[in-house]
Amino acid sequence: MEDIRAVVIATLKKIAPEVEEQELKDDSPLRSQVDLDSMDWLNFLIALHGSLSIDIPEADYARLITLSDLVDYLKTKI
Amino acid sequence: MIAFKLPSLGADMDEGTLLEWRVKPGDQVKRGDVVAVVDTTKTAVDVEIWETGTLFEILVHPGEKIPVGTVIATLLAPGEVLSPGEIPPARIAEPAATGVSQRRPVSPAARKHAEELGVNLDQVTGTGPGGAVTVEDVIKAAGGHPQDKAADMRRTIAIAMSRSKREIPHYYLSETIALGNAVAWLSKVNADRPVIERILMAALFLKAVARAAGQYPEMNGFYRDGQFSQAAAVHVGVAISLRGAALGGGLIAPALHDVAEKTPGEVMKGLSNLVQRARAGSLKSSELSDPTITVTNLGDQGVESVFGVIYPPQVALVGFGRICERPWALNGEIKLMPVVTASLAADHRVSDGHRGALFLARIRELLLRPEDL
Repeated sequence: MEDIRAVVIATLKKIAPEVEEQELKDDSPLRSQVDLDSMDWLNFLIALHGSLSIDIPEADYARLITLSDLVDYLKTKI
Repeated sequence: MIAFKLPSLGADMDEGTLLEWRVKPGDQVKRGDVVAVVDTTKTAVDVEIWETGTLFEILVHPGEKIPVGTVIATLLAPGEVLSPGEIPPARIAEPAATGVSQRRPVSPAARKHAEELGVNLDQVTGTGPGGAVTVEDVIKAAGGHPQDKAADMRRTIAIAMSRSKREIPHYYLSETIALGNAVAWLSKVNADRPVIERILMAALFLKAVARAAGQYPEMNGFYRDGQFSQAAAVHVGVAISLRGAALGGGLIAPALHDVAEKTPGEVMKGLSNLVQRARAGSLKSSELSDPTITVTNLGDQGVESVFGVIYPPQVALVGFGRICERPWALNGEIKLMPVVTASLAADHRVSDGHRGALFLARIRELLLRPEDL
């Protein structure tokens, strides 16, 4: 589902406006690519919760390393 | 008649450019109201008023650059009535004085862009509904000044930090703190909370520093004109990096007020709100002038320890590095433990290493018992 990826990127841009979509790598660690600290990460998840109504439990954070991980995870929750 | 002066915008910002008035002559204002927006080299600031009354006359208009302390408006005190002779002629001829007519809607995104690009909103032609200034208008008006803005920000930081290193005899201490209890406590608390109410470790750090600073007053206050005055409350300055690497990033450390009296959940809410407003350019003037001690948290993407530079006229800065797992001896066994290195940079004119060590140890004790924070 391509549209979940689009929602994720649009949401990411709210937190990190300088992100260029074409420079994002799906398979490298997202937080270091985009320089998201724990506060940015939390705000990102809050914004995702707003756009997709998916509440990601803290226990699942460790599985969500790359953009692909996150998109795949969200697909199973929607 | 009350003279309303541009309040302090923090020790390193001594002037500002008026961007916008949020009130007009005749409006009732009360203590704490945001009445104007002023741009500084670092960020746009919402200027609060500390008097109650009726706005009488606006003396400084959008686009004008003024030093802190300039009288920017006059107010009538509650119940104060002017005799006709005191009313300036312009006021009678033109009841809706200048400033009001120039007030136009500006979207928050446009304001943020204008701030990042160093655009004076007053000189931007608005093409949105009702003459509103849009992001496109700002970008068009910018024509290529972002480097100037980044250079201004860098210069402002340079002035404050050079002054700090020139004047303050720093001493440094550090301590590795076991966070097993705090991590376990947080995951238990957060498991029951929806994402919007989750608490980060940073909130516990701030709370612990604030509680400890209340007990070690020589860490909490200001050194001015050769003497230290301790602050009555603990307002923790939170070092926040401003996003936008293309613009040179930057750093600002606004105050989170009365941290010691708040619950960890309240501290978290306040922190989250402060970070968002710092990045959106809507901090309040009191938040920039109030911090009594600073906390810098390099966070989980960073390094293990930080040795900070004190933000004058404050006298202490507490730094936290990345939380990482280390082998740790506990009850005769070695186990894996999440730990953080906390450091203290403090002003030797005000305190000695012995007191600094007790202060840092107190922070450690508080973090070992998160349920009591």
